[in-house]
Amino acid sequence: MNIRRIFLIAVPYLWLGALFLIPFGIVFKIALSDGALAIPPYIPTLDFSQGWAGFKDFAGKLDFENFRFLASDDLYWKAYLSSVKIASISTLATLLVGYPIAYAMARAAPEWRPTLMMLVILPFWTSFLIRVYAWIGILSNEGYLNQILIGMGLIDEPLTILNTNWAVYIGIVYTYLPFMVLPIYAALEKMDDSLLEAAEDLGCSRFSAFWLVTIPLSKAGIVAGSFLVFIPALGEFVIPSILGGSKTLMIGKVLWEEFFNNRDWPVASAVAVILLLILIIPIVLFQRNEQKQREAEE
Amino acid sequence: MRRFSWFNATSLTLGFAFLYLPMLILIIYSFNESRLVTVWAGFSTKWYGELFQNEAFLDAAWVTVKVAFWSSTFATVLGTMAAYVLVRGGRFLGRTLFSGMIYAPLVMPEVITGLSLLLLFIAIGMDRGVMTIVLAHTTFSMCYVSVVVSSRLASFDRSVEEAALDLGCSPFDAFRLVTLPIIAPAVISGWLLAFTLSLDDLVIASFTSGPSSTTLPIRIFSAVRLGVTPEINALSTIMIGIVTVGVVTASLVSKRTMTHRAADERKAEQNDKL
Repeated sequence: MNIRRIFLIAVPYLWLGALFLIPFGIVFKIALSDGALAIPPYIPTLDFSQGWAGFKDFAGKLDFENFRFLASDDLYWKAYLSSVKIASISTLATLLVGYPIAYAMARAAPEWRPTLMMLVILPFWTSFLIRVYAWIGILSNEGYLNQILIGMGLIDEPLTILNTNWAVYIGIVYTYLPFMVLPIYAALEKMDDSLLEAAEDLGCSRFSAFWLVTIPLSKAGIVAGSFLVFIPALGEFVIPSILGGSKTLMIGKVLWEEFFNNRDWPVASAVAVILLLILIIPIVLFQRNEQKQREAEE
Repeated sequence: MRRFSWFNATSLTLGFAFLYLPMLILIIYSFNESRLVTVWAGFSTKWYGELFQNEAFLDAAWVTVKVAFWSSTFATVLGTMAAYVLVRGGRFLGRTLFSGMIYAPLVMPEVITGLSLLLLFIAIGMDRGVMTIVLAHTTFSMCYVSVVVSSRLASFDRSVEEAALDLGCSPFDAFRLVTLPIIAPAVISGWLLAFTLSLDDLVIASFTSGPSSTTLPIRIFSAVRLGVTPEINALSTIMIGIVTVGVVTASLVSKRTMTHRAADERKAEQNDKL
């Protein structure tokens, strides 16, 4: 163990410890504190000058009051459930939109594939905020979509899409589409076409060959893509607050409002702790899927 | 080889229309004469002129670029170190915790990262400003850098490095002269990724910024809440333009280096045979 190696390990380790791990400790601590009209707006604060007695006093004042409050007020229940619902529906919609794109990319001539890949990735590099913002002009009552639909005579009254959950679904599908397309494309590209020919020779229709051969072979990509959309969508803040309405309940938005509008730091921290607990399930499932994939490839 | 069917062609056309039309509309309407953003009233570049006279936006843009430059530079150094430790570090105490801390920020909701960092800065009595945003951005983007760099580190042939050591290089020289040039493309794309992540971030910056350090996304967000304005369309067009030029140039450059490298390798092989 030489000095250089210790330095190399210690610097990023300490950085992440100080700016990732310790902040979480603070969130947990404040989630167990009580709100107060003070600066900072919570009690108790840890007083190091009193030594061990101060710490005992401090620990004795921590309680689960905020979590009991979250459980008793159905706003929070509804927000958690509605986040899960919105994230699930959007993930499914992204899959339905993304699969045909990935499928067509895998079918395109090999010399075209890098360009198609870049076209899918390029929007990911442009600002997330701007991509969400672009939809306001399209979906609003006087927006381009309503202008076109009225112009074509399909509807008489403008459709109200902006500021509803529909706009949130569209926003999530739009911004997270590359995360779905790329893993599915990676799985489909590796597929051996002769399997499909074999299925058809053995009497499968084209549709059932697709259903029985292509879909199972791209399952790893579907699963990975779905998690990559579902996990960030669950804690999403920007999309529901720009495209959603006052009735759109998502937990990221609730946390933001508790913190910035109500200035209730202990409750905001408790909301964060619960969001984290909900997220652990899909994250662990996702990692297990990735691991299985790696083992299968070896 | 199966044929590329009409169904495939339609999916690609519709898919790319879906991905690109919203941005195209935004760009077109940034040149609209009228203040009413959904009504076309002739071509004009006046909103660009107004944008460049808007002090608040210019200040915010400057803060954003400063934050993005410093945070992506720190993140690249720290992330490359972390990648090296993960791939080459061998076993050490707390390795599992270390790799956990590298991957966790990638899946963490931004609201939680932002909240936790703000609570830390308050707990240690640090004034919020450019400095705190740089610290926050460095922390989450170093994880992205380390993922990009470690995949490159894991895939290259280690014997080249060992050869340099056998021939008398110090470990630092071996890293500087052999490893670094090989992983350089990954380090550069890591830096670019960190830079765009920082430019783009609204949530974490909102939590960790102070009154004097408003970034562009924060400004845009507060303007967007009041609706669509032609100035924001103009600003968005400029940002889309910069990113497009950057990404296309980067991919052309990397394509050229790849062809050069392939040609060099072929030449080396031929020399071997002679």
